[in-house]
Amino acid sequence: MENQTNFVLEARGITKQFPGVLANDHVDFDLKPGEVHALLGENGAGKSTLMNVLYGLYQPNEGQISVNGAPINFTSPKEAIESGIGMVHQHFMLIPVFSVTENIMLGSETDHQKKPNPSPLAKLERQIVANLVRDLSKKYNLSIDPNAIVGELPVGVQQRVEIVKALYRKASILILDEPTAVLTPQEADDLFVIINELKKQGVSIIFITHKLKEVLAIADRITVMRGGKVVGHTTPAKSNEQQLAEMMVGREVILTVDKEPAQPKEDILVVQGLYVSDQRELESVKNISFSVRSGEILGIAGVQGNGQTELAEALTGLRKPDKGKATLAGFEISNAVPRNITDKGLAHIPEDRQKHGLVLSYTVADNLVLCDYYKMPYSKKGILQQQAIDNNARKLIDDFDIRTPSPYVAASKLSGGNQQKVIVARELSREVKLVIANQPTRGLDVGSIEYIHKQIVSMRDSGTAVLLISAELDEIMALSDRIAVMYHGHIVTIVNREGVSKEQLGLWMAGVKPE
Amino acid sequence: MDWKRYSFIALVIIVLFGTVVLVGMEAEPPILIISSMIATTIAVATPLTLGALSGVFCERAGVVNIGIEGMLLASAFFGWLASIYMNTIFGFGATPSLIVGVLAAILSGGLFALLHAVLSITFKVDQIIGGTVINILAIGMTGFLNRQLFFSKTSIFGGNVPHAPGVLPLLDLPVENWANSLCNTINASEACTMNATAFGNIFEQKPIAISAILLVFISNYVLFNTRWGLRMRAVGEHPKAADTVGINVVRTRYLNVVIGGLIAGLGGAYFTLESVPSFEPLMTNGRGFISLAAMIFGNWTPVGAWAASLVFGASQALQINLQFFRDLIPPQWAFFQNSYSVGQIPYLLTMIIMTGIIGKTTPPAADGQPYEK
Repeated sequence: MENQTNFVLEARGITKQFPGVLANDHVDFDLKPGEVHALLGENGAGKSTLMNVLYGLYQPNEGQISVNGAPINFTSPKEAIESGIGMVHQHFMLIPVFSVTENIMLGSETDHQKKPNPSPLAKLERQIVANLVRDLSKKYNLSIDPNAIVGELPVGVQQRVEIVKALYRKASILILDEPTAVLTPQEADDLFVIINELKKQGVSIIFITHKLKEVLAIADRITVMRGGKVVGHTTPAKSNEQQLAEMMVGREVILTVDKEPAQPKEDILVVQGLYVSDQRELESVKNISFSVRSGEILGIAGVQGNGQTELAEALTGLRKPDKGKATLAGFEISNAVPRNITDKGLAHIPEDRQKHGLVLSYTVADNLVLCDYYKMPYSKKGILQQQAIDNNARKLIDDFDIRTPSPYVAASKLSGGNQQKVIVARELSREVKLVIANQPTRGLDVGSIEYIHKQIVSMRDSGTAVLLISAELDEIMALSDRIAVMYHGHIVTIVNREGVSKEQLGLWMAGVKPE
Repeated sequence: MDWKRYSFIALVIIVLFGTVVLVGMEAEPPILIISSMIATTIAVATPLTLGALSGVFCERAGVVNIGIEGMLLASAFFGWLASIYMNTIFGFGATPSLIVGVLAAILSGGLFALLHAVLSITFKVDQIIGGTVINILAIGMTGFLNRQLFFSKTSIFGGNVPHAPGVLPLLDLPVENWANSLCNTINASEACTMNATAFGNIFEQKPIAISAILLVFISNYVLFNTRWGLRMRAVGEHPKAADTVGINVVRTRYLNVVIGGLIAGLGGAYFTLESVPSFEPLMTNGRGFISLAAMIFGNWTPVGAWAASLVFGASQALQINLQFFRDLIPPQWAFFQNSYSVGQIPYLLTMIIMTGIIGKTTPPAADGQPYEK
């Protein structure tokens, strides 16, 4: 009996079968009061399935869950919420056009009145709830404005709203599903401060992630999952990144990128005095000039939202620059359409793989010829050549290790890592002179990151110019030969990778001017 | 609704009213023309207002409803049919028959909406197709039943169209008396009495017209200030988010689509029980689609949709009121005498509004998307 009450949440032998997939295979998981228990695993390891079972979204085929020692059987999230479990989903469950208060009170509109059976016509007491939200945010040090419209808030603040939403429902167990996937490094640091504060106040936290550094920084205990099973338990003190990565992937993983010194030759991409405006017609790239040579990787470091997106769009023909000039091996691209630029030798790995990289409802095979479908041999006199498209797909699936049941499943059915591999395969298998890779490994697991990094370096070694844009400073440091730092639409400085420290780059990214 | 769209509405109404005043001011004092225009506008905007409100309920919950036209037509027919049965076959008086007719119309609107809900929520049929099914079904069903029940020799009425029990009477609102007595206490001038009469004219309305206006404000309150409204909007914006906080998405959608149908049913009753005592095939004549335009122009808000409905009402009121002054229309403006050219105005306005040059509106984010867990 005593042993049972040690855990606020306990799951034993959870098995969840989906058609064709055993997503959870006799998984055990438990949570002690006031601890952060990290659940580590690659995409598709079964972490999210387990959490959805704990949150009542899925019903397990086998296994027992108990909360505070009492066995329970959730049939809906509502029951999980009533047992004190709150979940912050990776894709926020917030309504952008509602205010913070409205989002928090939704579904629990009249809870503060503590009256049973409220009427559907009950008046919304926004002011009262807003005050409760304000009190709650003070108590846990989560600064939010109850009257702000959620869609206008930065992602980090939206996440705080989700946390307050769970706390408003008296959650004492908080499930954070990939909480840092959508955050900038600064926002992630803020989140860690919040998690420590919550811990102090007695909230128990399940932290789901595939990022090794985070696990070591924040967790009290670590459980690693692979292929639907728990493969190990450890603590940050007893492990390191290398060990965790091996547990997670099931083989040895090389976390550092091995590369020879660059052999840069002639200028490929030359940008001169470029100005670009964003959707709201605000100038977000201001007077930028730089060049990328063949055989080198130029990394653009900077906190998300400092003009990187607009710069990439301008260079790939998706957005017309206001002023200035950019050339790709002598061809003027600043006013060209994307197809012409692609034809001149551009490979583009876009920032948002689902929106701009793939046609999600198309098959993998069709996605693999999106750049060339109108050319020989994929198309003859306007008729698509299925045989050639099929051959191309099978070759690239093989070469780039794309894990797909067949070339003819919709791209939407693949995991994030494999979707990214489809894009990388399509872009890097062509004859190109320049690769623009924008956040190429965002949201991917260690195995896929390792793979994509290798591909980018091998493109450089074969004499291609690479422009790498990333908000992950580690990635910039690992891959780049030269580093440009962007801040408020300007390039603050361009330095060689050798002889620059991470701290120095961090300062420049935060707006400190170089001497 | 932003100032731009409200000013557009005000501008169009001023132009339409001004036209009638300019033509008719020799015969009637402007104040009386304006009050008559306002009264007609409110009355003829009734089915548009109710159609638009019906759309607001459906679409705020995330179900696109282009079947409002069909719901209006079907409920106009069944309401009329019920009132005639009550009156002719069961021998009830005119008023009880009309009231039963209105209830039958509301109910049939609700049933057609239930069909739309089953198609689009349970069976996840494309909602545009579902709405089209409703429209075609309503046209076919009312046309067929109309012919069989009233014009076939074997029908219960023996091929003679029976006398309808008339239309709903004007509500006896004592507004004019009240305004007159106010005049008497201030100063009993002739101008004041005329203003009082003009003011009273505006409130000479029938029950469905007044209910429509009440429903606009009730709906606006429900949508933005109650638990029901918050949940309805949540389901229309992000059903998954609503689901994760324990809201039953399917039930919420069903409920609001059917309520929308009941409101459209009341709108249908206007045609045969409040406006004219007869039914004709296709008599709704695109009003359901115009009310959708009004809903969109009103940015899916009840008050906005009502304001937009009034613009369409005003252009119809222009057509009606100009007929009183036919002989005063100068020869070079003769096309104004032609009801075909003036009758185009609502449709032209619809097209102008839908181009978005008066500002774009934003539909609920999950409008038209079936919910999959």
